[in-house]
This record gives sequence, structure tokens and C-alpha cells, in this order.
Amino acid sequence: MHRIAIVGGGTGGTVLANRLASELQSEIEADEVEVRLITADPDHVYKPTFLYVPFGKKTVDDARRPIEDLIDRRVTLTIGEVVDVDTDGKKLTFGDSSVLAYDQLVLATGATLEPEAVPGLAEGGHHFYGPDGAERLRDDLADFTEGHLVLSVVGVPHMCPAAPVEFTLMVDDWLRERGRREDVEITYTYPINRAHGLESIADWATDLFEERDVNLETFFNVEEIDPDAEVIETVEGSEMEYDLLVAIPPHAGSDLVTDAGLGEDGWVDVDKHTLEATNAEDVYAIGDAADVPTSKAGSVAHYEAGVVADRIASRARGTVPTATYDGKTVCFLEAGMDEATFIEFSYGEEPFVREPSKPLHWAKLGYNESYWLTARGLL
Amino acid sequence: MTDTTEPDVTIDSRDATCPGPLMDLIGKVKTLDPGTVVELQTTERNSTTDVPEWLEEAGHDLVEIEERDDHWNIYIEVN
Ligand SMILES: Cc1cc2nc3c(=O)[nH]c(=O)nc-3n(C[C@H](O)[C@H](O)[C@H](O)COP(=O)(O)OP(=O)(O)OC[C@H]3O[C@@H](n4cnc5c(N)ncnc54)[C@H](O)[C@@H]3O)c2cc1C
Repeated sequence: MHRIAIVGGGTGGTVLANRLASELQSEIEADEVEVRLITADPDHVYKPTFLYVPFGKKTVDDARRPIEDLIDRRVTLTIGEVVDVDTDGKKLTFGDSSVLAYDQLVLATGATLEPEAVPGLAEGGHHFYGPDGAERLRDDLADFTEGHLVLSVVGVPHMCPAAPVEFTLMVDDWLRERGRREDVEITYTYPINRAHGLESIADWATDLFEERDVNLETFFNVEEIDPDAEVIETVEGSEMEYDLLVAIPPHAGSDLVTDAGLGEDGWVDVDKHTLEATNAEDVYAIGDAADVPTSKAGSVAHYEAGVVADRIASRARGTVPTATYDGKTVCFLEAGMDEATFIEFSYGEEPFVREPSKPLHWAKLGYNESYWLTARGLL
Repeated sequence: MTDTTEPDVTIDSRDATCPGPLMDLIGKVKTLDPGTVVELQTTERNSTTDVPEWLEEAGHDLVEIEERDDHWNIYIEVN
């Protein structure tokens, strides 16, 4: 029996498990191959939903579905937390000390939020990157009628590099719709010398911010927040006062990865085309957990899952894997409450940003709805 | 490395794409004492302009930029 273990039932792990179940259907049915998905949370969470929660357009319940409902019945599901990966012995240890052996392993453990890495951030800042943060922001934004709203990108890299720009353009529009925009000053801050890591998005966002009267502060690396005085202090030595701070908190990879010697900083070192771990045999990483030079985005996890499914299926059948990932990344970007744009790029390419339109906004919402079919491998 | 510049800390950001090297540097500098000399290794050409710009903004010194066959070494002194 050839045992394939996937750790993490988010976008990457779920798409991968379903792809393998269909590619290796006959081998699974003949008991020659096992595809096992191991995940800590019995629910699958679709994080892009959280962008809409602060504006009351979606609820956090909309972001969750039982993982059991999304995976193919040929996949063996284990709900549990993996606490140790032994790549020499090819085994995983769970929180209850039980052990599982594998022949091929995929880590799809995602990224976690680490607001506590910046003093005062957890107390002084809001975010929309998780269910509790998004609900708290919704409640406080509803009461926010005047003052200085600061959107600060504190941590890089972070999930969905587009989301901070989207939130800023959406909140501007949302406040205008409510007739409150004149009483709210909006500032967007970014750590490097432009508004975004990708130059074309930075140029696009900078023009829109100017048009919509959003202040832009660059080379702004948050060192500390004073939640009582409502002041942000930066590494560069500047200070900024705020009334409502929406921060993209620093992200962390997984201790599992560091402890297993798979990547020093919690992200798995992989070959960017084969997604095979640099420091171990028969180990792959996909999605946010993999250290590849593109965005931490669901679309990346999805395309990577397709490539790794092909490679693993080839190995399980004893043939040479040939599928490779070229860095394909696709993103819809909201440019307000009812218009959006769309970008597409691969490794080393600069995306072209189209003129925002209403149809693209509806396409983004439509994609979000059909996501559940995507995760199940139907789209 | 040149004869004159002896780094106390080396950050290997080769193969990281923009803004990776600059962010690696910013993350590290936060934890270092004044006077520390840092060597940032980068394969990203933009770093040779972005890093000096940030140093000026944050008040640290650029010691020198050295071009190697396949990467740049940027030496910085923390203030
Ligand atoms: C607000 C927001 C908006 C976004 N918008 C977009 C967008 O519009 N488009 C886009 O493409 N992307 C978007 N993203 C990014 C996208 O959600 C992530 O890139 C994507 O979820 C990554 O998938 P993943 O499978 O790598 O990780 P995740 O989906 O985070 O899943 C990781 C899984 O691993 C499990 N796990 C972790 N550790 C263990 C362990 N030790 N043992 C067992 N299980 C474990 C977790 O429980 C979880 O189920 C957005 C993200 C946010 C926060």
C-alpha cells in the first residue's frame, strides 16, 4: 500500500486530496494507494469571505463548511493536529502521541497570524484576517463616524497581498455611501518605498488613492503601538496618531516546519517548479506554507495542488513526474463596493491591471460562491 | 568580502524577489545594536536602490555595495 498523507484541510490540501482521489481512483479502489487528509479543524474555512464581514456583506458563518462535506469519499479523513514531522523515519506524530507512517507527504498547513509580534498591536489594532477580528472590526466600523482611519500593512509577507488595497478602496466607498467620508481621514501605509510589492499594483493603487483622497505613507514599518495614546511608532522614527487602526498583522509559518528542518523561518523551502522540499525526500509543500516567490493566495494553492497531484500520482504509479508550476497567480481586486479588477501573472512577470468594472466585481462575488465547487474538485 | 568591510551579521536573501531582501533587512535591523555591520546578499537589482533609500529614511549608514558574479553584497552600519 502506497500511503499519501496531506497535512492541512484548507484550500490547497482540500483541492489536492480531491484531485488525487479522482486521479488515483482505480488504485485506491484496489487498495494499492491510500490518500489521507489530516486537518486540525473539522471545518474548512474560506478566508476571502472575511474581507466582506466588516461591511456587513457576509457573516463569518458564510466562510465555514464541514470538511467532510467537501472531500471525496475515497479520501481517508483524520481530524487531528500533527505536532511532529520526522522526514527521515517518514512518520507524523499527533497531539495524542499516535504515529502515522507515510510514503509521500504534502504540507499544506497555511500561515498563522502573529499580532503579538508587535507590542501593542493586539490591543490597539483591528484586522479582518480571521473570524473574530473581522466581527470586532464590523462592530467598531459601524460606530465610527469621524476621525483618522489608518490601514497599515505591518507584516510582509502576508496572505492575499491585494486585500489591504481592496479594504482601503472599499472603506472609502462605504463611508461615502453613508455620507461620512468627509469626517473621516484615511491613510494607507506600506513598509517599502511604494504602495505594494508589485510595481503595477503600486502604480494603480497610488493613482486611485490620490483620486479618492486617501493619504499614502511608504517606508512605514511599525515598531510599536501605544493603544492608550492611539499612536503608531515606526522603525524609521516617525509617529502617527489614529482613531481606528486596521492592521495586517505579521504572519508566521509553522513550528512543525522549523522543527523538522524543512525551512528556517516556518515556511517550507521548496523547488519553486516541482514544489518538492529542498531538505527532505518525498515531501512537498503547497499554498501559504511553501516559500515560493509569488503571493500567498488561494489561487496559488489551487494551481500548486494540481501540479503536486500529478507529480504524486506519477510517483505512486512508478512513472517519472513531469508536471511543474510556473508561478501562475490569479487575483480579483475590489476597487470599491461595486467594481473590481483582475490580474494574472507567473514567476518574474509584472501583471497588467485592467480598468475596474462592475462585471468584474460580480465575477469576484460569483467566484466566491462557486468556490465550494472548486474545493470539491468540481471546477 | 572586501578587505575593509567585516560584517558582524550576514543576511542571505539571494533568490528572494522584491521586496523580500529589503524586508529581511528591516526585520533584522530592528533587533541589532548600534554599530553592528550587516552584509545583505541579494540577487534582486532593485535592492541596490531600495536599500540605500530605506537606510536614508531610517537613519542607518550605507557602507558599500559590492557587485559579485551572481549577486550583490550590500554593507550597512546600524545607527
Ligand atoms: C481576508 C483575506 C482575503 C483573501 N482573499 C483572497 C482572494 O481574494 N484570492 C485569493 O486567491 N486568496 C485570498 N486570500 C488568501 C487565501 O485565503 C490563502 O492564501 C489560502 O487559504 C491558502 O491556502 P492553504 O491551503 O495554504 O492554507 P489554509 O487555507 O490557511 O489552510 C491551512 C489548513 O491547515 C490546517 N493546519 C495547520 N496546521 C496544522 C497541523 N499542525 N495539523 C493539522 N492541520 C493543520 C489548518 O487548520 C487549515 O485547515 C485571502 C486571505 C484573507 C485572510
